[in-house]
Amino acid sequence: MKVKLKCRDAEHICDKNQYKEAGFWEKMKLTLHMAYCRACRKYTIKNTKLTQAIQSPEVQTVSHSEKEALKKKLEQQLSQQ
Amino acid sequence: MPANTIDPTKWVDSYSDYLFNYTISRVNDRDMAQDLISETFLAGLKSMKNFKGEASERTWLIAILKRKIIDHYRKSNSKKGKAEVHINYKDDESEGDWLEERVADPFDKTAEDHIENEELGEAIYTCLSKLPEKQARIFKMKTIDHFDTEAICNEFDITPSNFWVIIHRARTAMASCMEKKWF
Repeated sequence: MKVKLKCRDAEHICDKNQYKEAGFWEKMKLTLHMAYCRACRKYTIKNTKLTQAIQSPEVQTVSHSEKEALKKKLEQQLSQQ
Repeated sequence: MPANTIDPTKWVDSYSDYLFNYTISRVNDRDMAQDLISETFLAGLKSMKNFKGEASERTWLIAILKRKIIDHYRKSNSKKGKAEVHINYKDDESEGDWLEERVADPFDKTAEDHIENEELGEAIYTCLSKLPEKQARIFKMKTIDHFDTEAICNEFDITPSNFWVIIHRARTAMASCMEKKWF
């Protein structure tokens, strides 16, 4: 089994890890890779920051049902014109 | 031929999240914000003819929304019945000059104000709107709406490795955009 990762693969695992979809071995390999690769360390930090920013409760979303309701309202108005 | 065109059928998908974040950071009430953006969209529909295409659709909608937010505060103030500010005019000539005319133009936002005022949610949706449409949609579905990878792949008819490449590109673009705007 290959232990050393290419940077491309490391970034891919890092992306997956942001969604908690990386496997145990993948995470181990990523950690090992980050031990010697500065670029990927930097990428991971940036990536994690982005995830945290988006998940912070300050970011509000309009729920799907609310959007549908809005769309209906607009369509009604449009057809009246 | 105007540079920007208008297409109300796409408004809700493209702008509601951005407008919602913009509103909520100003009125601090989910239901109120919801009402305000739906009013904004309706007002936009009514005055669609007046859209000259000089600004982008989003800027135009924001301009309407700002008015709606101001109206909202006026209404809630006059309910209390004591919020009106009385001004003594210096002389008879200037009587009748509206208070608003003395206030700095809200549309005249400088770059500095922009940096200071932008809230996190707005920053994210501004960055998101700069991505290519497909990338933005996939990124949003995955990161904000938490769809499964498989479900998204099926909907867009792409392979998982395709999907991860798109996510990777979106993340890199988002990260560098947020770096400038927020962090």
